[in-house]
Amino acid sequence: MYEASDLRKGLKVEIDGDPWTVSDFEFVKPGKGQALYRCKLKNMLSGSTMDRTFRVAEKIGKPDLEEKEMFYSYADGEFLVFSDAETYEEIRIEKKKLGDQIYFLIENAECKILFYNGRAIEVTLPVFIEKVIADTEPGARGDTATNVQKPAKLDNGYEFAVPLFVNKGDRIKIDTRTGLYSERVSKA
Amino acid sequence: MSAKPEIIGRLSSLKPRLEKRAAVFSALRDFFNTSGFLEVTTPARITAPAPELHINAVPSDGLFLRTSPELEMKCMLASGYGKIFQLAPCFRKNEKGRLHREEFTMLEWYEAGADYLQLVDFTRRMLEFVSEKVLASTKCIFRGAEIDFTKAEIITLESAFAEFAGKDLLEIVAADDFEEVLVTEVEPRLPKDRPVFLKDYPAKFAALSRLRKDNPDFSERWELYLGGVEIANAFSELVDAGEQKGRFELARRQKKNSGENVYPENRDFLDALDYGIPSCAGCALGMDRLVMVLCDAGSIDEIMV
Repeated sequence: MYEASDLRKGLKVEIDGDPWTVSDFEFVKPGKGQALYRCKLKNMLSGSTMDRTFRVAEKIGKPDLEEKEMFYSYADGEFLVFSDAETYEEIRIEKKKLGDQIYFLIENAECKILFYNGRAIEVTLPVFIEKVIADTEPGARGDTATNVQKPAKLDNGYEFAVPLFVNKGDRIKIDTRTGLYSERVSKA
Repeated sequence: MSAKPEIIGRLSSLKPRLEKRAAVFSALRDFFNTSGFLEVTTPARITAPAPELHINAVPSDGLFLRTSPELEMKCMLASGYGKIFQLAPCFRKNEKGRLHREEFTMLEWYEAGADYLQLVDFTRRMLEFVSEKVLASTKCIFRGAEIDFTKAEIITLESAFAEFAGKDLLEIVAADDFEEVLVTEVEPRLPKDRPVFLKDYPAKFAALSRLRKDNPDFSERWELYLGGVEIANAFSELVDAGEQKGRFELARRQKKNSGENVYPENRDFLDALDYGIPSCAGCALGMDRLVMVLCDAGSIDEIMV
């Protein structure tokens, strides 16, 4: 169990049988009164949010969470299959759990899988992945210093903005946390 | 060359606000000095703070770091010092947040013969004076609202609960939901454009204040709010030795039951009580929070080293 004084932004707790992340946190203590811990919480399964205030003496559940490094193997219908590098044990996660992150999932990418009570509930992709530009207007030479950008597409249909000098066939890096272009790795 | 350490960057970015902080301290000293108050310094390490259920002291080699300078200053009142103030570093265990630090600065003052309503008037004039001195204006922007220090308002806690939360104060106290309702429903809806004095706390939260003679369910205590942030706490001080000892005993029992450190008796204070503390009023004001408001800072970390 956690004590109320353990609460902080990012802590994962268990309330009424669900895992929640503390998304916002404030310590308050009205004059001469008891301390209160005001939290905004996000349900790790459904994504719903709630406000909850804890008192200093309250105990809060600790969810059984475990994180494992696993490699993305292949897609199987509505599921994605990840495998353990050493044991080759496989787990399946619904595609929709990844949301737009699915655009950045590449074969053999080393991902962090979060398990809640033994069930995989969350996938964290590597921060940077490399992709090849499938389509964009021809590059403008010598325009490496400006911040002007143009639209580009990946082979999976993901659309984003790249600097003018990037060409079709170039290999580039994307930051999976923001979905934004990061840098060019090599030219076509 | 090595990268700039975090502390160096932090300290240099604090400079404009620390200068303003110094101006606030200096203006306050001016105000108290010209109002006939004596600035005093009492020890920071004491034999025992007043036992209060929700305030915990940091032990210091057989003594305690003070949670407030209250008891020592009341001893001075008993021996004839009529108007005294102190800018006192104080320490409270496990209080950390946007508005809390375990070490903070309390402006505490007492005036013999005064009551809590006279202190409202004094505090109102003090805020106007300090704002005028530091900001060259009696108005200040805090969290997007303009506070007009000339327009202070007194609201009873009971009517604030009724008006802002639609709840009956004494029922909420009886249901043990006082702090939750105050923090989540009342404080956020207090007027932000003027100082607000919330007065007449329920007897259960009287702390060291005297009860109203006309209605002992309430005590002569107020809290000052600026922009919805609690800044100061004031009482008509309880000076009845018997009643004071009874409240200490109750707080001590409650602390013991909740597993907190129980302090020894503060012998000097009990002797002063028996000898006689004159009728007086006193106020404790969080200097760091006042500076925060005058700097329009988001947290007290932005205005102190």
